[in-house]
Amino acid sequence: MTANMQISLEVNGERVDAHVPPRLNLADFLREHLQLTGTHVGCEHGVCGACTVRVNREIVRSCLVLAVQMHGGSVETIEGLSDSGEIADLQAAFRDRNALQCGFCTPGMLVAAQDLLKQDAEPDRERIREHLSGNYCRCTGYQAIIDAIETTARQRRERKP
Amino acid sequence: MKASAFNYARATSVVNALELLVAHGDKAKVLSGGQSLMPAMNLRLISPELIVDIGEIAELRGIAVRGGALIIGALTRHVDLLKSPEVAAHAPLLTEAIAHVAHPAIRNRGTIGGSLAHADPASELPACMIALNATIIVRSQTGERRIAAGDFFTGVYETALSAQELLIAVELPVARKSSVHFFHEFARRHGDYAIAGLAAQAIVLGDVFTDLRMVLFAVGDRPVLARSAEKLIDVVVTPALLSDASAALGEELDPPEDQQASASMRRHLAKVLLARCVSTLLGRPDLDVGGSV
Repeated sequence: MTANMQISLEVNGERVDAHVPPRLNLADFLREHLQLTGTHVGCEHGVCGACTVRVNREIVRSCLVLAVQMHGGSVETIEGLSDSGEIADLQAAFRDRNALQCGFCTPGMLVAAQDLLKQDAEPDRERIREHLSGNYCRCTGYQAIIDAIETTARQRRERKP
Repeated sequence: MKASAFNYARATSVVNALELLVAHGDKAKVLSGGQSLMPAMNLRLISPELIVDIGEIAELRGIAVRGGALIIGALTRHVDLLKSPEVAAHAPLLTEAIAHVAHPAIRNRGTIGGSLAHADPASELPACMIALNATIIVRSQTGERRIAAGDFFTGVYETALSAQELLIAVELPVARKSSVHFFHEFARRHGDYAIAGLAAQAIVLGDVFTDLRMVLFAVGDRPVLARSAEKLIDVVVTPALLSDASAALGEELDPPEDQQASASMRRHLAKVLLARCVSTLLGRPDLDVGGSV
């Protein structure tokens, strides 16, 4: 028998207390316990990037983190990033450029792209590719995704003289 | 898939972690960043009864320079190594290699101690440790052991670490002013497991190597310090000599075959890496015979 454990963390700015089994990973905790289903579960071993979220301001694979490890931590999901408006321009650029088709990879792509744009205001295409190298898309062929990120970076620079 | 059920203990100190490891032996598994352990558990390759989470042990974190050595705590994350000015100044090979370790989201969690204890033959850090002449420091309830990196890796996912020991830190001699380094790997996608890779640290005086530690990875059951590279020390390297060393390297290696590459492809790539490394470090484009080795 494995005992459930008490955890307390912050998810999208709200305090969450829960009782979870140790084997539960963060992705499943977000999806099944908190109904935050924007975080997608693809490969479950860290290859595809669909489950990318922010933990303590940094991107991580939520399938490779246990919910119990998040005790005392702060998690931000695609729902949090969308609702706050933080990535509204990036989402619009994805839509305008057809940078998504089935949409399965899109939450992870957006979280990873925003992480890059916060670190580097003027990334070239090579840098964008490198930062997104851990995120698979099986529809678009990536060009449109990179276009959308490049466009967003340019628009943000123009807005901030 | 999902990991099978296990118990979980959050270690509060190294002493506490060692108590847990002694009590549970090889039924327990140490969790640091979890970026190799979690995939292995999710794929049900391993099903430990107890996870000992050392992630909160602050004493295992951090990078320091003391008495001619760079000391890196086991819980130091890849992203911390990548951004560290101390590592860039004293072990620039490591800074360059880290950029090839997986992807940003994984580098934000994965740790140097976890990577070394996991001992994946395709991973970059074990090879760097051997190239840099590192000492790996492990602790048990009876005291500390200092293990040369060359003796630490004993096979696929196998090390000199016992189930009752914890990897505490690594110690690297500070790079000498005249030392140079080379790192390159072939992978299907940036950040994926290497098909073949090479990490090297050398000292070049004039146009001659006075020291050359060339370590190949993903071409054997553990990182391989190339003995054939010794042929290139204290002599002027000619194309003929390089070709001899290359042939010797081919014989020295016994690469595995898997769905990524055949043994002969890995052997070929290792020879390409050798030529590129020597040509780059000596500034001799004439020696880079590329794919024709």
